[in-house]
Amino acid sequence: MRRFLQVAWLVVRKDLRVESRNKEMLLTTLFFAASCVLVFSFGFVRGGEAIDGSASGVLWITIAFSGTLALGRAFERERHHDALRGLLLAPADRPAIYVGKLLGVLLLLAFVEALVVVMVAFLFRAPLFRHGWWLLTLLSLGTIGFASVGTLFSAMLLRTRSRAVLLPVLLYPVTIPVLIMGVSGTFALVQPEPDLALARLWASMLVFFDVVFLTLALWTFEPVMTE
Amino acid sequence: MNKRAFPALIGLSLVFFGVAPILIVRAPNEQEMGLIQKIFYFHFASWMAMYLAILVLGISSALFLFRRKPSADRLAVAAAEAAVVFGLMGLITGPLWAVKSWGVWWTWDARTTMAMILELILVAYLILRAYGGPGSDRLAAGLGMFAMANLPFLYVSTEIWRTIHPPTSVVPQLPVDFGLPLWWSVAGFIVLCLALLTARARLEEERATLDRLYLALEDE
Amino acid sequence: MPPPQTADFTQVTLSNVSRHYGRRRALSQANLVLSAGEIIGLLGPNGAGKSTLLGVLSTLAEPSGGEVRYGDRTARQGGAPLRAQIGFLSHELQLYPELTARENLEFFAGLYGLDHPAERAREALVLASLSGRADDVVEGFSRGMRQRLALERALLHGPRLVLFDEPFTGLDEASCGALVTRLEQLRAAGSIVVVATHDLDIVDPILDRAILLRSGRLRELGQTGSLRARYRAALAETPPRRRRGIAPAAPGPQGGEAGT
Repeated sequence: MRRFLQVAWLVVRKDLRVESRNKEMLLTTLFFAASCVLVFSFGFVRGGEAIDGSASGVLWITIAFSGTLALGRAFERERHHDALRGLLLAPADRPAIYVGKLLGVLLLLAFVEALVVVMVAFLFRAPLFRHGWWLLTLLSLGTIGFASVGTLFSAMLLRTRSRAVLLPVLLYPVTIPVLIMGVSGTFALVQPEPDLALARLWASMLVFFDVVFLTLALWTFEPVMTE
Repeated sequence: MNKRAFPALIGLSLVFFGVAPILIVRAPNEQEMGLIQKIFYFHFASWMAMYLAILVLGISSALFLFRRKPSADRLAVAAAEAAVVFGLMGLITGPLWAVKSWGVWWTWDARTTMAMILELILVAYLILRAYGGPGSDRLAAGLGMFAMANLPFLYVSTEIWRTIHPPTSVVPQLPVDFGLPLWWSVAGFIVLCLALLTARARLEEERATLDRLYLALEDE
Repeated sequence: MPPPQTADFTQVTLSNVSRHYGRRRALSQANLVLSAGEIIGLLGPNGAGKSTLLGVLSTLAEPSGGEVRYGDRTARQGGAPLRAQIGFLSHELQLYPELTARENLEFFAGLYGLDHPAERAREALVLASLSGRADDVVEGFSRGMRQRLALERALLHGPRLVLFDEPFTGLDEASCGALVTRLEQLRAAGSIVVVATHDLDIVDPILDRAILLRSGRLRELGQTGSLRARYRAALAETPPRRRRGIAPAAPGPQGGEAGT
């Protein structure tokens, strides 16, 4: 177990170090997320008033879109100079490598979400911070569900040629439930009469999904990565 | 796959499908829905067949992934295609029912949504197999397991969210007049599903044999 | 903690190993025994299956048929302890260009679970003659420097089976000489060294055996004459596989992707 965490930590630290040098993923993903919210606001904000209930949808769709972009890039780094082979050949638990990559993606998405939440709150006049802790809970749970599947799919698609197309094609159907739960939970928080019980129901459903997805991803990572 | 399994299964399903119309016609018309209610015999049965196919898909995917059984992979392809077909039937018969019963063609209630999502995952599975290139069989097996993981959610969806869809627990409580033709249809669809599975898996098997022979010929 | 020395690495045996993608065969019925203290050359035209064979040997790719035994166990029985004894330098560098030489080495030393990763990285930098540039990012390195670093990266954990895919490509004469010396050191240390290469003249003096791969089939080269002459002779004896009048079908619209 110690070795597992050690390997995961090594992979995270390596990704952070690379990212701190060129900041490519962080900056491109942040910029993409910001333009996404802007595009949505052109569509859904009329005369300074957001269309009813659009804020929670825009928030999660932006996260899903920028998440897909980040996930595509996350493993490109391993593929570029075939470093993936070096990783897979190491006598480490392969799921630990998966966990390391997943943590890196989660960290990146945390930055993206901080920006997106502020932008949506501002442009859509959504009271997102009224129940800040609940929003944080929903965002964390939803992101874990989305990224755990996404990291697995992104890794396994590395060897296919049409990976750029296939990632969203596979990822969205599988993660729609997570997005629905996130959107519904957030909507329960921002509606004029917040419904915390409903938000809790959605959050607990997310926990359920996260557990199933993470278990399945950890379980299948090893056999799926063998050529 | 046994050579004689397919003719036996297709014969059996012919018996089921031959008798089903008689049972369905003789079943009483439901008071509110009238004739339209009879769609249910197809609707429910095709979903049952889809669940079965997804179950087969998930289990054979796991077998292929962890035990490296090539035959399991061939069964998985067959199951995915069958599931898409039966899912499509469910998705078509659903709105026909809905427009009469609820007055709208489509509602985003929990079960319809989950069913739609499952259908999407299965189509994604077929896309991956078609365009993923070599090695996509193993990736598809991973996806197949994710498809199966959604089944429990589909089952509980109407129980947790009180929605427009009748909960699953309604079905066993149906009166015999409705129940008999319903379960008869379900049995018919399931036998048909099994027949399609065996035929399709056999086709894949023949293809694999052909590939093997082709390679052997080249090796001479 | 050094990786447990569970795998017996005096011999690696391939029996009837095949690898195919649908109807595209990359490796066909390969039989081969590799012994400790040998440098084996893997020769053959592009797309003959050299990379596939190395991939299978490295345990990263599974054969479609036949089996590879490392001592008395297969890749699947061996698992991680077996991988700890294999070093693989593919024609890509397997390095992170944004990291410095030292960071790259320390990362992989940690991943391989070696004791004192910093110490090992320092030793490897000396071997790669890169001590002076240890803290520069790899991006700025010349091809030769990168290759030396990638080599030491692959040998960091003292592997007993070392696989090289085109290691001489793009190297100048001095770097080639250094690499040849390094290969000889590995042989002297009792490792099995497999080199897939086109640079016949460079490897001629150091090869113990040479094997031709053509259209996925193996053939041992003769023992007399220069490597180039033996290679030509072997090529002439194994004509490229006839294509029969059957269109090779591949699963799906995209054909097989062999040789990667």
